[in-house]
Amino acid sequence: MTAFLELAHISKHFGGVRALRDVDLSLEAGEVHCLVGENGSGKSTLIKIIAGVQAPDPGGRIVLEGREHSRLDPILSTKSGIQVIYQDLSLFPNLSVAENIAIGSHMGLPRPANWNRISDIAAKAMARINVNLDLETMVSDLSIANRQLVAICRAMAADAKLVIMDEPTASLTRHEVDSLLRVVNDLKSRDICTVFVSHRLDEVMEIAERVTVLRDGGKVGTFDASEITSRRLETLMTGHEFDYAPPRPGGEAAEVVLAVRNLTRPGHYEDISFDIRKGEIVGLTGLLGSGRTELALSIFGMNPPSRGTIEVSGKPLIASSNRVAIASGVAYVPEDRLMLGLALGQPISANILATVLDSLAGKFGLIDPAERVAAAGDWIVRLNTKVSDLENPVGTLSGGNQQRVVLGKWMATKPRVLILDSPTVGVDIKAKDGIYEIVHRLAAEGVGVLLISDEAQEVFYHTHRVLVMRQGKLVSEVHPLSSTERNLQEVIYA
Amino acid sequence: MPKTIQRWTRSHEFWLLAVVVVLSMFLTAATDSFLTLQNLFDLLTSTSFAGILAAGLLVVLVFGGIDISFTAIASVAQYVALTIAKTYPIGWFGVFFVACCTGILCGLFNAAIIHKVRISSVIVTISTLNIFFGLLIYITRGDYITSLPSYFREGIWWFEFTDSNGFPYAINFQALLLVVAFFMTWVLLNKTNIGRQIYAVGGNEIAAERLGFHVFGLRCLVYGYMGFMAAIASISQAQLAQSVTPTTLIGKELEVLAAVVLGGASLTGGNGSVFGAVLGVMLIAILQNGLILLGVSSYWNQFFVGCVILLAVSATALSQRRRYA
Repeated sequence: MTAFLELAHISKHFGGVRALRDVDLSLEAGEVHCLVGENGSGKSTLIKIIAGVQAPDPGGRIVLEGREHSRLDPILSTKSGIQVIYQDLSLFPNLSVAENIAIGSHMGLPRPANWNRISDIAAKAMARINVNLDLETMVSDLSIANRQLVAICRAMAADAKLVIMDEPTASLTRHEVDSLLRVVNDLKSRDICTVFVSHRLDEVMEIAERVTVLRDGGKVGTFDASEITSRRLETLMTGHEFDYAPPRPGGEAAEVVLAVRNLTRPGHYEDISFDIRKGEIVGLTGLLGSGRTELALSIFGMNPPSRGTIEVSGKPLIASSNRVAIASGVAYVPEDRLMLGLALGQPISANILATVLDSLAGKFGLIDPAERVAAAGDWIVRLNTKVSDLENPVGTLSGGNQQRVVLGKWMATKPRVLILDSPTVGVDIKAKDGIYEIVHRLAAEGVGVLLISDEAQEVFYHTHRVLVMRQGKLVSEVHPLSSTERNLQEVIYA
Repeated sequence: MPKTIQRWTRSHEFWLLAVVVVLSMFLTAATDSFLTLQNLFDLLTSTSFAGILAAGLLVVLVFGGIDISFTAIASVAQYVALTIAKTYPIGWFGVFFVACCTGILCGLFNAAIIHKVRISSVIVTISTLNIFFGLLIYITRGDYITSLPSYFREGIWWFEFTDSNGFPYAINFQALLLVVAFFMTWVLLNKTNIGRQIYAVGGNEIAAERLGFHVFGLRCLVYGYMGFMAAIASISQAQLAQSVTPTTLIGKELEVLAAVVLGGASLTGGNGSVFGAVLGVMLIAILQNGLILLGVSSYWNQFFVGCVILLAVSATALSQRRRYA
């Protein structure tokens, strides 16, 4: 095979910070190459150098289709067929599918817009990767998965020879990931090189032929996908070994904190019964549309069930609103909230106490400053967070500590039951580990945790029991200690 | 194609058109004078100023910007042009040329500040509204221009009719300018690649920059176009009023903005159509006209206009929410 693009000795400094040091990379026509690394490992810088957005430090060598360059620029990159699909996809939500795909034909000097040419270009680009979307639909009306296809079609319309996809699967469901992988296979058969940048290692392993691992700006190595496992990749990316024993069974004799009986909401879920005991972590998984999020929202009072009962610590919960649910001891952390549920510019103390301002308020609804500081300080200690000053903005904390603050915010409501919906989506491995640690600590303090997740691995290694839903029904319960991860996957995808 | 029809019946413009038709039918039934050629011509003439401005503002909104300063630009443009026309025989062409140059320059000034300093266009244009207007008042001391050249006083019209009382009425150049302004804007936005780039930037400016769009050039074009339309509108208004008063145009900004937003343009950019803007302007104009014909006290005028805008905008927002639910 011939290399389409070869990088040698690429380094990049930003001020005194070394983003990349002495990285080599070779990309061949028709290969599927994965680029993995933690946040800050230099992946984005490397992509920007390939896209020509940034120039590498002098001394590096870039060979593009046999020609040597000291740097690339955006125009040269685009002309040579390098297309980057950014994580945000860079589409125009207010324009039609056709216009988005053929946006390149609007470039340049003033002239009449040629609508026929635009439909034509778009239809051809879609045909090349066997995609069929309505040309006139506005992109804002499409699902994320279809928007991604539009972005890929746009790369096709620009005659891409190398397509770089930055975190393409971060917001896709399993089913959608599968169809994306089919498209990538299609690209491969047309001799187009695809570079995947991803956090989700199981997918990396599924599609890649070669994997390049970056860590702290340096290249750890390029490996054949066949000779490497996702466990090994984690170690290569982080430099740490992670402990992956399923947790010991917790709280079998303990009090039941959440009892759900025959809960039904037609069209969402049907006849659901389960218990969560004090200190127990229960996983809830299933494909998207299996009804798991709807069920969680019902327990949290935001999606009233039509039949069945919910009891929290023996008391019936008429879950008519989330206020009622919070008052009876249910906390719900929606997807993304672990990362996004913070006002980054506000002090740490204000963030932690945001959920409990009412209970702190004294006479006339005013809050005593001394009490406020004491309450916030208390949580910081309990969550084992290192903080120099409670009044610093949350944005100054490290990612892991920010997550602790978010959890502290919910824990301050003193929940008996904590529902976490996909808490680690889009989070890198080290930070994931931090989240799991907190979840285990909370369970040890006696909270019953319901952990909802797409990833079989996550629920298998971090819960005591896993409930599997399919088409609105609980179909199976898997005990990690007496089962295998593969077995769990088979149950989910059956 | 049923899909096209479905898309159309779901659109904001469809509902707005329905409201305009119903309102017009009601006024035709309720008054003798609404559906007369004379009233319709009057309507066109009196809408000309706000309508031409709406055409310019639509482009700015689609681009994702906003301009509040256009009434000040219009005041400056008409004052400069007619001050010169008072002394030198520059003719119709000269009047338009001077006014448009002035308007475009003011617009480019807005664009440059917004782009270079990278602050929100609302703040910039509120400031420049005050700067342009303040300078005008300082220099003119608020004096009127009443001695206009005779060709300008007479105006231009075609197809003259006479009503039963012997007063003449006709399609005048105010109406013509209004139609031309909307047509030009329609061509720009839908028939040129530049117009599509304007939509694209309004939809996602970062993506447009990544693709290599010349965003600064587009910004100059958009605000320059607004200045150009403000100039055209100001000449139309000055001819109708038969005088130039520095203070008379200030304060109309929000009415024009309301008409364009009523027509479906979004304040966050990327959305809006010429047809929608035409309907928005029409609805407000017909409403105001209807209230007068119905003999409702003119003190109620603003109240009803406000209510209709609130109703129309809420209805659209609610129907969209239902659609995405």
